[in-house]
Amino acid sequence: MTGFEQLQTRLAELSPKLYPLFSEEFGDAVIGVERSQLIETAEELRALGFDRLGMVTAIDRQEWFTLVYRVASRSLSAAVFLKTRVPREDAHLDSLCGVWPAANWQEREVFDLFGIVFDGHPDLRRILLPEDWVGYPLRKDYEDDRIIRRPDYI
Amino acid sequence: MTLQIESRTPALDDAGHPVEELVLNVGPSHPSTHGVGRMIVHLDGDVVVKVTPVIGYLHRGIEKMAENRTYLQIVPLTDRLDYVGSMYANWAYCRAVERLAGIRVPERAEYLRVIVCELQRIASHMMSIGSSAADTGAFSMFIYTFDVREGVVELFENLCGSRLTYNYVRPGGVSKDVPEGWTDDVLAFTGSLGPRLDELDRLFFGNTITRGRLKGVGVLSPEDAVAWGASGPAVRGSGVNWDLRQHRAYSVYPRMEFDVVVGERGDAYDRARVRLLECYESAKIIEQCIAQMRAGAIMTEGLPRLLAPPVGEAYDHIESARGSLGVYLVSDGSERPYRMKVRSPAFCNLALLPLLAVGHTLPDLVVILGSLDPVFGEVDR
Amino acid sequence: MNGFVWGLIVGLAAGLLIAIAALIGVWWERKVAAKIQMRLGPQEAGPAGLLQTLADTIKLVLKEDITPNQADEPIFRFAPFLVFVPCAAALAVVPFATGWAPFNIASSALFFLAVPALSVIGILLAGWSSRNTYASIGGVRGAAQMISYELPRTLSVLSLCLLAGSISTVGIRDAWRWWWIPLTAVGFLVYFIASIAELNRGPFDLPEAESELVAGYFADYSGIRWAIFMMVEYGGMVAASLFGAALFFGGGLGLPGALGAVVFVILACTLATVMIWVKWTFPRMRPDQLMGLAWKVLTPMALVQLLVVGAVIAWL
Repeated sequence: MTGFEQLQTRLAELSPKLYPLFSEEFGDAVIGVERSQLIETAEELRALGFDRLGMVTAIDRQEWFTLVYRVASRSLSAAVFLKTRVPREDAHLDSLCGVWPAANWQEREVFDLFGIVFDGHPDLRRILLPEDWVGYPLRKDYEDDRIIRRPDYI
Repeated sequence: MTLQIESRTPALDDAGHPVEELVLNVGPSHPSTHGVGRMIVHLDGDVVVKVTPVIGYLHRGIEKMAENRTYLQIVPLTDRLDYVGSMYANWAYCRAVERLAGIRVPERAEYLRVIVCELQRIASHMMSIGSSAADTGAFSMFIYTFDVREGVVELFENLCGSRLTYNYVRPGGVSKDVPEGWTDDVLAFTGSLGPRLDELDRLFFGNTITRGRLKGVGVLSPEDAVAWGASGPAVRGSGVNWDLRQHRAYSVYPRMEFDVVVGERGDAYDRARVRLLECYESAKIIEQCIAQMRAGAIMTEGLPRLLAPPVGEAYDHIESARGSLGVYLVSDGSERPYRMKVRSPAFCNLALLPLLAVGHTLPDLVVILGSLDPVFGEVDR
Repeated sequence: MNGFVWGLIVGLAAGLLIAIAALIGVWWERKVAAKIQMRLGPQEAGPAGLLQTLADTIKLVLKEDITPNQADEPIFRFAPFLVFVPCAAALAVVPFATGWAPFNIASSALFFLAVPALSVIGILLAGWSSRNTYASIGGVRGAAQMISYELPRTLSVLSLCLLAGSISTVGIRDAWRWWWIPLTAVGFLVYFIASIAELNRGPFDLPEAESELVAGYFADYSGIRWAIFMMVEYGGMVAASLFGAALFFGGGLGLPGALGAVVFVILACTLATVMIWVKWTFPRMRPDQLMGLAWKVLTPMALVQLLVVGAVIAWL
């Protein structure tokens, strides 16, 4: 059994509800959920023993944003990617600060750079950019005269 | 940029007299903020009631820049993330690229990577202890630790020509093989390290005033440490036995024998001492590597100059001097990444500051910030 | 000679002495610090860098005299002198030779201990008038520290006064005996530590903590006004070393004439060097630990010393 299969079976034993959402990408276990089920799934994972939220990030996929959360568990010796999608025009979803306090600054960063609003976040404001910055730089359609385009030839 | 900060409305104390907080700005330009960090401190007399870290003064948009560069061109960008530890910043990125593209790194390159990473860890810890000491006023200690760091930096200069940002670890291996006699120099360095570290230990950590300043300050409970996503010596000082090099052993670490240094009380003293003791372990690892390393290739054969990994995503992490440094790469099949995210341990550790500083005095705040060891290149990216 | 004229001359001489003390003191401190830190210290200006401080002073004099916009101007400008003058005055009562001090008054030991206390007001005013949070915190800390440490210092010198039967520095120096050294060793230690704290030096330099308050109460001072604060520190260090050597070690250890003078100077320089050594070795103490040290450790030690001395005198 590969590491991934072991993880699948163990998680299936512990929580049959999460199993059908699994998919394998490059050897990391990935769980994909709808935006509405996010908090529920997060709490399930937390209850299973995934107590460390390592990373929260977003990827701009033109019509939607993919949110990626990486949660790990020392006791289970496992790490899982929790992914969800958020439409571009309606870019908001629930904050996971109540589940993992580590989400606090990470979600602020995603808000700062992508403009995704986290409902229920205790202190949602820009963290890396100045408070009065206009725009969300990591979006693919971000326009700024000051950006120097590198030439296409290498 | 102006931040609207107000001292919270005057309240009345027990005797009915109005009391107002003092709002102090420990500005971005300050000798002991370990770089460009800013803290807005609300003080009640001399006691800190609330701390708001303000970061982003060193934000250069490295993640955005990475989207417009080839995979090889991003390596110098990662140098400048954690500029005190360029070697392992390079390495975390290269591991993610190798995972994404399915590249296998030759064994000699893995050994070299571990050697330079452990040397870098010693240098980084020396810098951290030195600046913490300078914060508390023991300026001579700063000079002594930098003398140790100088040994490492000289070795790196002989190896790859650079003293601070090395651009040495590349996707597929390392860029240069070691010059003649370099491994002997490294062994001489690690041999001399033990007595010097003992001396630093006695001088700084054995001093009564240091103990008074550092013990009991900024106590972090293990539960909080894990819940807030912190990692590295900041967390091991609280007794959390978690080190990626042993518990998620990668590269050639499974073949190394070393101890994970763990503290007891989780105060600033333990965190700083963990860093010092880790240097001994790093020296052990380096000596084992040099003994086990054999001749061979240092770069994967047949790697295209314009690396274009298949469509997909990959995440890989290493144990840096600050904690778990990870890089998340998303590829769309072209020679430039679609998205690069750096999971920065200093950023996550810094989130602990508002929690740890409440109830301490202003000098303690400086000590706590030093014990969390932020490097703002990494915090801000 | 008319007392007033004599006082004027002594005042000018004290000012000059402090300037020279600062000149040599800064050079020596930089050399000692460099030696501790494995580097070389001033090298270029003059032989072995001796003229370095002079060069620095010239630079400082040529700087623009800046008063911050929001500062309380008259007090801001006056405060450095209020800090400087009492410390300079203290030099006037140090017994430089057997039976002689520039101002030989009956209560000169009291004068030496009490008059520099006036500079506490100067520090408070300097911090307060800068209208700057860091400076006011530094000023308040400095004032609290200096007031606290005066008690152990005075008590330790008091034990010497008991032994000599006089509170005149000249009288104490003349009455000195060699067996006072072991008898008042504890008192000397208390005096030494308390002096370092009084000068805001070494492990007790929190009011001017460079790494936290960025020079605290004199943060907004630049140019020659800042140099005055520095001169106070070094002048005070010299005065404390001279006073300590004169009283606790009887000047030249009771040796006659030129030999005694040389030994006196060497002793004073050793004390100053130890002060420098202590500064560059230890970290800084926190304010509450600092106060704790003064009130809970040094004052009881000084009181015990007094008891011991009292018992010895009764037995004598």
